[in-house]
Amino acid sequence: MVGSIRQGVAVLMAMVIIFGAWVGFASYAESQPNPAVSAAHVVKQPEGNMVGKEVRFGALPTTLYNVASTQTSTGSVSGANDSFTPIGGFALISGMMLGEVSPGGTGSGLYTILLFALITVFLGGLMIGRTPEYLGKKIQAREVKLAAFGVLIMPLVVLVIVGIAVSIHAGRVAPGNSGPHGFSEILYAFISQTNNNGSAFAGLSGNTAFYNVTGGIAMLLGRFAIMVPVLALAGSLAAKNIVPAGLGTFKTDTPLFTGLLIGVILIVGGLTFFPAVSLGPIVEQLLHGRLF
Amino acid sequence: MTIATMQPHLEPPMARGVAQPRSLFDRQIFVQGVIGSFKKFDPRVQVKNPVMFVVLVGSIVTLIEAVAHPGIFTWSITIWLFLTVLFANFAEAMAEGRGKAQAESLRRMRAETEARRLRPDGTEERVPASALAKGDVVVCEAGDPVPSDGEITEGIASVDESAITGESAPVIRESGGDRSAVTGGTKVLSDRIVVRIAAERGHTFLDRMIGLVEGANRQRTPNEIALTILLAALTIVFLPVVVVLQPFGHYSGATVSVVILVSLLVCLIPTTIGALLSAIGIAGMDRLVQRNVLAMSGRAVEAAGDVQTLLLDKTGTITLGNRMASRFIPVGSEGEQELADAAQLASLADETPEGRSIVVLAKERFAIRERELGEGREFIPFSATTRMSGIDMDGRRIRKGAADAVCRWATEQGGTVPAGLDEMVEQISRSGSTPLVVTDGPRILGVIELKDVVKEGIRERFDALRAVGIRTVMITGDNPLTAATIAQEAGVDDYLAEATPEAKMDLIRAEQEGGKLVAMTGDGTNDAPALAQADVGVAMNTGTTAAKEAGNMIDLDSNPTKLIDVVEVGKQLLITRGALTTFSVANDVAKYFAIIPALFVAAYPQLNALNVMKLHSPKSAVLSAVIFNALVIVALIPLALRGVRWRPSSAVAVLRRNVFTYGVGGLIVPFAFIKLIDLLLTALHAY
Repeated sequence: MVGSIRQGVAVLMAMVIIFGAWVGFASYAESQPNPAVSAAHVVKQPEGNMVGKEVRFGALPTTLYNVASTQTSTGSVSGANDSFTPIGGFALISGMMLGEVSPGGTGSGLYTILLFALITVFLGGLMIGRTPEYLGKKIQAREVKLAAFGVLIMPLVVLVIVGIAVSIHAGRVAPGNSGPHGFSEILYAFISQTNNNGSAFAGLSGNTAFYNVTGGIAMLLGRFAIMVPVLALAGSLAAKNIVPAGLGTFKTDTPLFTGLLIGVILIVGGLTFFPAVSLGPIVEQLLHGRLF
Repeated sequence: MTIATMQPHLEPPMARGVAQPRSLFDRQIFVQGVIGSFKKFDPRVQVKNPVMFVVLVGSIVTLIEAVAHPGIFTWSITIWLFLTVLFANFAEAMAEGRGKAQAESLRRMRAETEARRLRPDGTEERVPASALAKGDVVVCEAGDPVPSDGEITEGIASVDESAITGESAPVIRESGGDRSAVTGGTKVLSDRIVVRIAAERGHTFLDRMIGLVEGANRQRTPNEIALTILLAALTIVFLPVVVVLQPFGHYSGATVSVVILVSLLVCLIPTTIGALLSAIGIAGMDRLVQRNVLAMSGRAVEAAGDVQTLLLDKTGTITLGNRMASRFIPVGSEGEQELADAAQLASLADETPEGRSIVVLAKERFAIRERELGEGREFIPFSATTRMSGIDMDGRRIRKGAADAVCRWATEQGGTVPAGLDEMVEQISRSGSTPLVVTDGPRILGVIELKDVVKEGIRERFDALRAVGIRTVMITGDNPLTAATIAQEAGVDDYLAEATPEAKMDLIRAEQEGGKLVAMTGDGTNDAPALAQADVGVAMNTGTTAAKEAGNMIDLDSNPTKLIDVVEVGKQLLITRGALTTFSVANDVAKYFAIIPALFVAAYPQLNALNVMKLHSPKSAVLSAVIFNALVIVALIPLALRGVRWRPSSAVAVLRRNVFTYGVGGLIVPFAFIKLIDLLLTALHAY
């Protein structure tokens, strides 16, 4: 529709780089021995953490499958997410925390990353001294409002519902594990549902009235509430005139833009979920002795 | 393109206008800023800034906590949170103070003056200037102040406008034409003029100026509103992020103190840009005023940063304004010196700049001095019908003027048009210059070439504009041939020749339909429609009231190249906001690493691994982050008031530089400073 392959490549590269990085560090984490098995001193683990992995494929292909699954709204798994190392599990959770944009579900991944692109363009445009524009359309107060609303709805829903779940009895009895791992299970459940992913960390007894109702609310808001600002944005942008590009235009088909876009996605995701992940996977890994 | 070179040369302090440059921290403004920053604690003021309002509410929460459970830590946090709000207030008060100081000097000018009002029967009466209404007619003579804005209906006078423009040289104002407007607060130096008052009480130029520089009723600009929304969104999202830490912590077996949660919230929300946002806007307007440009709306200033096409009048902007004699070209067997001599005689009494330039050229080339003319000479002035001027003396009749007019006159005297003259004249016209033919009675001597002189350095400025993607279009009444030559010499991208007001309007509309923002300068009444149509219309202060009302900016120096400065200020304004927002958000990463381990280290001692700065204790870590958060506002006030430096270069280069400085810098700097503050706190045995 835009008629520019370069613009598409810039956004696609941001998806590819995030996906690649996540496969990379999840693979590294899963190639390490399972700390619990090591502690038992029963067997050696030359193939890495094989606990819960698909034995036909081995640790790394299973990890690749699960990372791809969590980042694409598919929900199928080739191995037990719950049995990943804490950092491997962190890779699975955080892939969704970034809004499932790498590459996300059909359509939904694209419109989510485009919301991030608008925020990126707004900040970048200000920094070059021009009213920001993306693909020739001016990004003004209305667009910023809608894009910010669209980007922030997922973290808001997840955090608030997880906050409720860990506060009340019905929420706290469900995890199969206590401590940080149990926290990760609750966090995963709601991040997955809000992001329209469908995969489960497992270990959580989710078929209770509380989890069914809250999960339903999370899905409803996460799947559909984001579409409201996205559609409003589409209408608002479609009605605008195209500003011809010139030397003074903030170019959105460059590696610099891709880098900025990744930066904005990581910072927004990181800033909203850092406290939560530090109480879940990060502290769990640290309890095993070291971060990496 | 520095500020210094564009500042008009300011004479003695008394003659200064609004353009009074002030040091960044003038003592008087500083004191008023401190007082103002306390006054701004008023919740009605605070609520307008969502980010700082949250900080204020947070500091009240910690205050209650400090009173209920007193402790050094709780009190320190409370004090530093209040200081954060205070510093934000101070930034805004400083920015406003600079405008107020300028308004003060303008108010003194408005001090009660007497006006000499003309009754319908022609007699005079003395009334206070404040009693004048629109349509009244007043008389001003040498020494009288002009009581209010108006149009001269009768007479010509030299007027001292230094009070408004800062320019000490008097200017000529006369009835009719484009220089008939006078401004209240200026002073008539010579002669007598009759002025019809054109402004209502309280709506004079001076009143508007005072309102503008004071920043009263400042309207927020579109990008500022958009940014405020983004900042509000970031504030709103961090609220639940921090609030849910209470249940998260409880689940994890950690007791989370309210004071630390408030500290975390204040550190995470974008306080740096939130505190400085309005100061940046006020200071941007102030920078324009310092360059002697009055913007009627902040929106126009911001639009200037977006301008893609600049329409510039040729005369006075691109060229020096007057054609200058550059060559004597004798025709046939005539000598060049004889031509120069005759041309000089014909121009001695010619007071036009063109005439004077001929005398100067004759002196330079052949050392022909100005001479006393004997009795019996008669000067023939230029007229639109004869299209020539000259002198009759000692029986000689020397004429200079348009080629066809002079040739016809010489033929009538019995002369002939020498061979080669026509080609010569045509060649000069084609090169963009103006040919003047000189004849001594029937004997045609040759041609003087009058050249449009392109201003020095103008080409470089256009090159700079092109580098930032702004297209320059020269507007001129000249024929296309002349226009093309000058356009090429000056280095503009395009030109509009034989421009009529309609043609200008059409050009602006065509550019705007293509989605471009257009800026133009103008001074005449016939420029008014185009000035109103342009996104940024800069009217010259010497221009007519109609032009001034149509434009959305007024240049007090009446220097059309100012547009380029306006563009610069507009861009700087946006860049400063974008850069500080990026800096503010990037800072959050370091603050997380300071506060999160501190929050939960009691429950999970292993989380100390996240304490990458190796801060002394949880309390010193939180306090260091809060202190850094407050001090960074003060540290950035000068940057907010002065604006981020902007040099004309491509968008990619500007972006790369600013992302590196404020994005990457914003990630790294707080790590170093939070550590430093923690070391100081530890050294002082605070913890």
